[in-house]
Amino acid sequence: MQTKRMTFPGRWLPYALLAPQVIVTLVFFIWPASQALYQSLLREDAFGLSSSFVGLANFSRLFDDAYYLNSLSVTAVFAIGTTLLSMSAALLLAATVNRLLRSRDAYTTLLVWPYAIAPAIAGVLWWFIFNPSIGIVPYVLDMLGYRWNHRTSGTDAMLLVIIAAAWKQIAYNFLFFLAGLQSIPQSLIEAAAIDGAGPVKRFWTIVFPLLTPTTFFLLVVNVVYAMFDTFGVIHATTQGGPAQATNILVYKVYADGFVGMNIGSSAAQSVILMAIVIALTVIQFRFIERRVNY
Amino acid sequence: MVEHRPWGNLFAHSILILGVALVLFPVYIAIVASTQGPGEFLRGTLPLVPGSHALDNYRAMWETGLSRAGAPPAGQMLWNSLVMALAITFGKLSISLLSAFAIVYFRFPFRLFFFWIIFITLMLPVEVRIIPTFRVVADLGMLNSFAGLSIPLIASATATFLFRQFFMTVPEELLEAARVDGAGPLKFFKDILLPLSVTNIAALFVIMFIYGWNQYLWPLLITTDPDYYTIVMGLQRMTTAADGDPQWHLVMAAVVMAALPPVLVILFMQRLFVKGLTETEK
Repeated sequence: MQTKRMTFPGRWLPYALLAPQVIVTLVFFIWPASQALYQSLLREDAFGLSSSFVGLANFSRLFDDAYYLNSLSVTAVFAIGTTLLSMSAALLLAATVNRLLRSRDAYTTLLVWPYAIAPAIAGVLWWFIFNPSIGIVPYVLDMLGYRWNHRTSGTDAMLLVIIAAAWKQIAYNFLFFLAGLQSIPQSLIEAAAIDGAGPVKRFWTIVFPLLTPTTFFLLVVNVVYAMFDTFGVIHATTQGGPAQATNILVYKVYADGFVGMNIGSSAAQSVILMAIVIALTVIQFRFIERRVNY
Repeated sequence: MVEHRPWGNLFAHSILILGVALVLFPVYIAIVASTQGPGEFLRGTLPLVPGSHALDNYRAMWETGLSRAGAPPAGQMLWNSLVMALAITFGKLSISLLSAFAIVYFRFPFRLFFFWIIFITLMLPVEVRIIPTFRVVADLGMLNSFAGLSIPLIASATATFLFRQFFMTVPEELLEAARVDGAGPLKFFKDILLPLSVTNIAALFVIMFIYGWNQYLWPLLITTDPDYYTIVMGLQRMTTAADGDPQWHLVMAAVVMAALPPVLVILFMQRLFVKGLTETEK
């Protein structure tokens, strides 16, 4: 890693400058993470008085646990649903905005502000709209012959949290798709138009392939978002229910460890989540390198 | 645009208007609900036009909150959120500026090692280490305090990387000139590097402020004293109570108040926001 050609001399100063960041990182990130690693190998007795070394038993117990396996598949459905819904809506909007010249900025302003809404608030907003007794949407659905109830139906609850999580993320995806679209050379699109390709054909044969780096990057970012940043959506609305239908991994770590006080199992779950974030971060950084090479 | 297609444009506008309407819909409903009287929700469905109780609801929420749900007045929770968000923002910005300065402008043993330690923070979000982090904060006696709400969240790899990248583009000649004139490292940092970084700092400020304001899991873990509840996490207590005992008009007033500050920041600083968002992801 480079520095400037010319640097300041200094024996203690650079360490002093780094100290605040490094101390916070060591105390609040690396130490707790290593504690989680360590505790994942221990099992506490029911009263929390003593603990014994159990090796990988916590992990093997997890993978025999039907609730944990359920949580894995729930997380997969939730992450894929949120990512697909949010990215396709954002791509449609970005490609449409990109056609317009004068109104582009106005639409952009109207579409980006949900980025500022906390996931928990997004959850509460949609929870209210879909409220089975007073919400607008169940009222309309009822006229169409569908009885919406996210308190009893797992499918309804899952749809609700996917919609809430995707809604908040559209703004982010929209901005990155719009930036990607604007960096596609106009001459390519003009050449295709002269050859007689209409807007739809141009989109699928030229624009979409050239957007691939942006799409890959957003795929990873959205999966990370859906897996880790949506704790608020779940906690403020369904709380993992009904019957575990929306119990995603981050919510389960919290519920088992912080509420249920099952330290060993929760630590093992933390370690698995860490492995997932590390894998996703590595993928993300590799794709970002490619993102600039059109 | 490549060719002139009047119908195409009409189609584009209709897609966008529909999209904007869907995006705005939940917030519109929240605003409408926050203006209703307490009886409206017992009658079945919610009206779609604003009612006349806006002032009463917002004042009630601001001054007294939902005491039955264990939620303090919104005015106080908003203040706590503001303090936490600003502390996180200033903390992140200052420690990242300092560490990027050290990494770019000095050569010293273990430089790469420190760089990796900072990088690792990206891979360890609070969500994956809830209990051990809670224990550390409890052992340090930082539960129910603003220090506990902000300090554990101020390490920032993204901000450090952004500043590092920016410092690398600052011309070498500035450093040479400063050293010829006898400026030491701290003077160079304060009088040359900081003024040059103002736009980057402002762009990151917008992103970090929204990040700080919207914290949810962390305040939930470490505050048990309602005096330290933040508005975003305090909302959850109100909704769980509202399900049994409908006070939706008050809850939605709190939702609107909780969402307004960061939304205003984005609307008024959109250019900086877009810059900050796209640069931090490089």
